[in-house]
Amino acid sequence: MSDKILLQMKDITKRFGKVTALHNVNLEVKEGEVHALVGENGAGKSTLMNVLSGIYPYGTYEGQIILNGEECHFKTIRDSERKGIVIIHQELALVPFLSIAENMFLGNECTSNSFHEVMDWPRTYSYAQELMHTVGLDEDPRTLIKDIGVGKQQLIEIAKAISKNCKLLILDEPTASLNETDSQKLLDLIAKFREQGMTSIIISHKLNEISYIANNITVVRDGSTIETLDNANHDVPEDRIIAGMVGRAMTDRYPKRDQNHIKDEVLLEVRNWTVHDPLTPERKRCDNINIKIRRGEVVGMSGLMGAGRTEFAKSLFGGSYGVNISGQVFLKGKECHFRSVTDCVKAGLAYVTEDRKGDGLILMNPIYQNVTLSNLPEVSNHSVIDNDAEVLHAKNYKGELNIKCEHVLQDVGNLSGGNQQKVLLAKWLFTKPDVLILDEPTRGIDVGAKYEIYCLINQLVEEGKGVLVISSELPEILGICDRVYVMNEGRIVAEMPRSEASQESIMAAIIRSSGNNESKVQEAS
Amino acid sequence: MNQITDMLKRNSLLLALIIIIVLFETVIRMTGHGSLLSPQNFTNIISQNSYVIILAVGMLFCIVGCGNIDLSVGSIVCLIGALAGVLMVNMEVNIYLSMALCLLLGILIGAWHGFWIAYVRIPSFIVTLAGMMLFRGIALLVLDGLTISPFDTEYLANFNSFIPKARASAFTLTMIVTLVLCAIFLLWGLYDRATKRRKGYELEPMASFAFRSVIVIGGLLFSGVLLGNHKGIPFILVILAVVVLFYAFIANKTVTGRRLYALGGNEKAAKLSGVNTNFILFLAYVNMGFLSALAALVCVARFNSAAPTAGTGYELDAIGSCFIGGASAYGGVGTIGGAVIGAVFMGVLNNGMSILGIDANWQKTVKGMVLLIAVVIDVMSKKRAR
Repeated sequence: MSDKILLQMKDITKRFGKVTALHNVNLEVKEGEVHALVGENGAGKSTLMNVLSGIYPYGTYEGQIILNGEECHFKTIRDSERKGIVIIHQELALVPFLSIAENMFLGNECTSNSFHEVMDWPRTYSYAQELMHTVGLDEDPRTLIKDIGVGKQQLIEIAKAISKNCKLLILDEPTASLNETDSQKLLDLIAKFREQGMTSIIISHKLNEISYIANNITVVRDGSTIETLDNANHDVPEDRIIAGMVGRAMTDRYPKRDQNHIKDEVLLEVRNWTVHDPLTPERKRCDNINIKIRRGEVVGMSGLMGAGRTEFAKSLFGGSYGVNISGQVFLKGKECHFRSVTDCVKAGLAYVTEDRKGDGLILMNPIYQNVTLSNLPEVSNHSVIDNDAEVLHAKNYKGELNIKCEHVLQDVGNLSGGNQQKVLLAKWLFTKPDVLILDEPTRGIDVGAKYEIYCLINQLVEEGKGVLVISSELPEILGICDRVYVMNEGRIVAEMPRSEASQESIMAAIIRSSGNNESKVQEAS
Repeated sequence: MNQITDMLKRNSLLLALIIIIVLFETVIRMTGHGSLLSPQNFTNIISQNSYVIILAVGMLFCIVGCGNIDLSVGSIVCLIGALAGVLMVNMEVNIYLSMALCLLLGILIGAWHGFWIAYVRIPSFIVTLAGMMLFRGIALLVLDGLTISPFDTEYLANFNSFIPKARASAFTLTMIVTLVLCAIFLLWGLYDRATKRRKGYELEPMASFAFRSVIVIGGLLFSGVLLGNHKGIPFILVILAVVVLFYAFIANKTVTGRRLYALGGNEKAAKLSGVNTNFILFLAYVNMGFLSALAALVCVARFNSAAPTAGTGYELDAIGSCFIGGASAYGGVGTIGGAVIGAVFMGVLNNGMSILGIDANWQKTVKGMVLLIAVVIDVMSKKRAR
């Protein structure tokens, strides 16, 4: 890393109508460093990167962008790409039914020298292979994107960026949907490129990764840059970063909970639960799972992505996933046969899905309609809905869960991630459940909203409910759970009380159960 | 002031309809072609468009639930019409029994489509395209390529008569009915506000309530005067009112309606919320079949014949009405009111151009452009709102 400044953004101000999204933001990135941008959701990180990459064209913002000492006026993404700035968005821009090579050169195709409309396939594939080597992939470039995992797709995006002769790589939440192993691979790759002289800007919520990889950390809050922390020795404590992000010291990221609310009564017990894959029915996704949740207990379910946790929860929830499901479910000591989601709702089981946009909320519908959807009988009389009652209930939840919105008649799609998550929780609380399964309840939401959700979980168990939290973030599992199940390759491989659980013991249980077989771990992910 | 502009924005389609009516009226009067809003022509517009409105209501439910369309409705109208002709004219079966059988066949055809679309998950476009050819073919087989007519006068009277039967008392009775309806509307609105205030629910702003009341009562009185000056209230209008109000109620106020919108908005989320998505989608098509059969009975009565070409292009009128009325092609968005206004919009366009003596080929061209422009404006205004 030299001391030469590659990029300077000076006094950037960006307004949307009356709202000022960015206010006099300054950012300096040195050549050959990894510069991290952190901040809560809606702080303005992505807006700033969109200004830099020309998505918001020159003229729609105020301020200067100086690259290599030369002021730039980007009008389109192509302009910034020509200067070597490539942005990789959180939602990957790959076409699932095209091959790796086709995706890599989409919009930038290798064509025959004489006819520029004719594809040069041999060159496409060999060049793709070459680029894939630099990011450590040895797949056939003819493989379709849909057939490789998210982790590899992320690497393809990076290879695609390199093919564009990238000098400044911007990664927006690159590890949000990756498991620990894939995240580590990705970070190591970024570090490798740094040694070769590439500069990167990385946006992430995962602070441990930030302090591991970044040379400098710039904190953005409420549309302004607050400070830049020097992380040359990788020793800035996470609490220090969080203090900058939220504007106050967060003494404890996980709220304390009184331990004596745990009762002996078992609320939910699952015995010998086995689920087969719907596409390849001979493959077991969940194998002989036995779990118990007591009244007033928060139980964690940890594991790598693809371990079968979501599949377990969905199959339990009225058979929403899988085929040839077998096993027994006992709710409050009584055996239940859940044939549909409605059966589960009636019995008092709720499943808050992991993918709030994809299968949790109806984004184009107003908040109050989302809240009541799972329990319409509660607000209707002979199947005629009482709209006023619906709005009233939704308003109560708005107050209770601190959902930040103008009005409950607003569409859910216009809310921020954290508030959407709260609406999703409100929807399932409205079914008055005894047991809640929360699947990745804090994915992609900011520190403040996370804290509020943890407080809500505490409140739920104090009211005598049982909660199962599925999470890929180990600190979260350790911070909020009373007991932890570790799942790997469709089986429960360990159960430990809070006192015995640690990041090391959980990872050890996973690795031990994988039979030290590296290829097997990869398959599971 | 802000509230009023807001209201106008939200009712831009209604505004566009009023503008187009005023525009046609001015041009027609200036060129001496009579009047769009003469009592007789007004009654005419209603009966001309009755079948489109019925079909558009059914189509809206298919479009809202997942953005599906039903291409076969024109053919179903033809087939049911043919059945009605065979039963009533050729076999002289009791007309009410025949009507019941026709509606039943409509439901069965809807169930046939619904089964393939909702349970086997064949794309609706393909299933209904097949249905379009299949049922037209069966209709031609049944009719043997010939037109069946005339129908029993008792049957025709069910659809084509007026209330009251005697012309002399038409104006008085029509006005009494209109005033009673106005009073019911106003009193119900006020009662609803009072209950909401008492229970501490959210109240609609007074301005918006007043605006809506003025529009509805104005519309009622205006139509009442025109109808009263002709022959009274056409019976078909009563049928339409019942159909539209019933389905608007289903869409806005019932659990099934809400679940249909949820299905169209995000099927996976609806499923995980305990909505039986397959059954709801199935119902939408069964309903479409039922309403197609009803439209067929109306058509047969209006033309007094069951012809092999009946119903040609009706599916496109119905689909067009829904989209002009603001329904989203991706599902989840659309209102019954919008679809009805869309249908009336197309109807006024047709009728106005016919009165002006514009060539039929030009009429098609204009209608195509209007459909595109309406949807473009809708999409653009939504973009700006964001």
